[in-house]
Amino acid sequence: MNYFPDEVIEHVFDFVTSQKDRNAVSLVCKSWYKIERLSRQSVFIGNCYAISPERVIGRFPGLKSLTLKGKPHFADFNLLPYDWGGWVYPWVEALAKSRVGLEELRLKRMVVSDDCLELLSRSFVNFKSLVLVSCEGFTTDGLAAIAANCRYLRELDLQEIEVDDNRGQWISCFPDSCTSLVSLNFSCLKGEINLTALERLVARSPNLKSLRLNRAVPLDTLQKLLMRAPQLVDLGIGSFVYDPSSEAYIKLKATLVKCKSIRSLSGFLEVVPCCLSAIHPVCQNLTSLNLSYAPGIHGNELIKLIRFCRKLERLWILDSIGDRGLGVVAFTCKELQELRVFPSGVDNAAVTEEGLVAISAGCPKLHSLLYFCQQMTNAALITVAKNNSNFTRFRLCILDREKPDPVTMQPLDEGFGAIVQSCKRLRRLSLSGLLTDQVFLYIGMYAEQLEMLSIAFAGNSDKGMLYVLNGCKKLRKLEIRDSPFGNTALLTDVGKYETMRSLWMSSCEVTLGGCQTLAKKMPRLNVEIINEDDQMEFSLDDRQKVGKMYLYRTLVGPRKDAPDFVWTL
Amino acid sequence: MSPEKVNHLPESDTKLTLGLPGAGGECHRTKAGTKRGFLETVDLNLMSSSNDNKHCEENDAMASSKTPATKAQVVGWPPVRAYRKSAMKGSCKFVKVAVDGAPYLRKVDLEIYHSYQELLSALEDMFSFLTIRNHVNERKIIDNVNGVEYVPTYEDKDGDWMLVGDVPWKMFVESCKRVRLMKSSEAIGLGN
Repeated sequence: MNYFPDEVIEHVFDFVTSQKDRNAVSLVCKSWYKIERLSRQSVFIGNCYAISPERVIGRFPGLKSLTLKGKPHFADFNLLPYDWGGWVYPWVEALAKSRVGLEELRLKRMVVSDDCLELLSRSFVNFKSLVLVSCEGFTTDGLAAIAANCRYLRELDLQEIEVDDNRGQWISCFPDSCTSLVSLNFSCLKGEINLTALERLVARSPNLKSLRLNRAVPLDTLQKLLMRAPQLVDLGIGSFVYDPSSEAYIKLKATLVKCKSIRSLSGFLEVVPCCLSAIHPVCQNLTSLNLSYAPGIHGNELIKLIRFCRKLERLWILDSIGDRGLGVVAFTCKELQELRVFPSGVDNAAVTEEGLVAISAGCPKLHSLLYFCQQMTNAALITVAKNNSNFTRFRLCILDREKPDPVTMQPLDEGFGAIVQSCKRLRRLSLSGLLTDQVFLYIGMYAEQLEMLSIAFAGNSDKGMLYVLNGCKKLRKLEIRDSPFGNTALLTDVGKYETMRSLWMSSCEVTLGGCQTLAKKMPRLNVEIINEDDQMEFSLDDRQKVGKMYLYRTLVGPRKDAPDFVWTL
Repeated sequence: MSPEKVNHLPESDTKLTLGLPGAGGECHRTKAGTKRGFLETVDLNLMSSSNDNKHCEENDAMASSKTPATKAQVVGWPPVRAYRKSAMKGSCKFVKVAVDGAPYLRKVDLEIYHSYQELLSALEDMFSFLTIRNHVNERKIIDNVNGVEYVPTYEDKDGDWMLVGDVPWKMFVESCKRVRLMKSSEAIGLGN
């Protein structure tokens, strides 16, 4: 079928970058499969247990960039015991043994040990980029190894990680010869940092574009760093506390004005709100602003800041902004594409349906939403659906579980129904509030592009789950907690799960017997039952309800690293 | 079509886990260092909403015993990443600040300052009639209008009133319960 020599086809494939497209290309014929696999450089593995490292390496020997995801999403909310799994060491070990010239490793929800980081740092000469999101298991010793050994390191990006042990000296481990840093993010580290070493590092990194500092970096150091790196595009401020009449403040103000390239701002982990005027000049060019870790910025100071941000495309904020503040966002940020409103935990601070309606009316480009709120009404959701049919991601979390529409006392079925009917490109949806089977009927009927659905405390019967499984043809990830779905729903269409990445069900009505039946019928699924409760023995009582079940398709059978409390059926 | 309510087991029939004393709904097996459940106020605040319509929730195997009258905390709700929860709960130490003669008190979050100087500057902002004059070895707080001098004092964990500035800053933050700017004339015995 080839009219061109292989090299030409390979060159054409260079322009095919998305993994989806490359997967499609590899299915055309044997020849294309071979050319594609030998030339693929970037591999994404959505579930590290779906395949083995050896097979990945075998198929893609030219691998340069690997992305791995480990634990299921609900692990973020403490629903998964600590040592369930997701260790990355076997992957790094296999890669190290092979001849793969790994340059980039991106991990999400995986367990990374110091040994693993050490091995990683020593095994790949051209290693350039390490991105860890919601990972755990390592200390700053591991970071020190990366700093010391990766001579051409460009990117070290740590996001939302709790690193317990913090000694701050890892920054000093970057050798003087390391001048290649483009991105450095250590904002989540809690401990002290060697400020002099940090200053020197930034001074010798002319390509540095992204710098996110932790709480331990004080304002005067920030000013010095900005002097060295006026070319920064992305800045994460650690501590922003100072005396407005001091020389430091005046210097900082002047320095910030020179940083004309900053487009993304975050942090403010410590802040004295009266000192934000220094930031205002930067605001006018910002496309991304993350104040979700800055409870110190609220009220009028926050609103003043927002009013300068006319070009904002992405905003992460706390609910202390209130409906009024969201009104200001709606008025000011006409380019807004993504909005996330997180709960601040403060009693009176909250947003309601009013804020959301204002945003949907004022921000026509909005397509991605995460919204924690006090309440929601059907009318509001219907209005939002009318205002905006662009949503690709719609995640609504009403803080009070199973709360109905406070005006009509009805479930929110109609509201969410309107959203899925209107937003034809919706790929991700999270539900909350009082919901019956009806909402799932709507989802099954209308959410044709839906890939990920999160359900909590919703529905009345198996019908609900069946509507979803039957209707959503593109469903990849389904996670359900505390909902009355049982064996009938689970077992009606067992083949469906091989078309999906995974299914999570916890505190539902499925029984051990149901799960066993499923496991027997589908050998290419791992059906894991997670039992942390001492009292629940592995009794062979089929009627016993299962606390937590996580099933996923896999090509490599039951995993060998499962701890005792995980039972793969 | 009216939604059917599923009969869930009444709470007395469901299993209770062996919870640690005083533990909320949080998973007890989470690794050391992960903080306990989200701010209590969030759940408690919202309990006034209609509980009548709701069917009893199926007990999560990890949940500790629940009181039937209130909606108990549940593991993983609201769905906020553990990292974010602990970051938000983290630093916040509000203490009352009183100034002798001023009609109302203020509150400051000590965690946001790094030194005594920063704190006093903030107080200067808050109580605009005050000026902080820096001398060689000491700072004086003076009322602009009538020249009255103040001495910054604080009540520590033991209930004793101490002079601000003696101990390292972090120790002060840790032990301070409230601050009082006392008129110098009354600060007999604290010494300068």
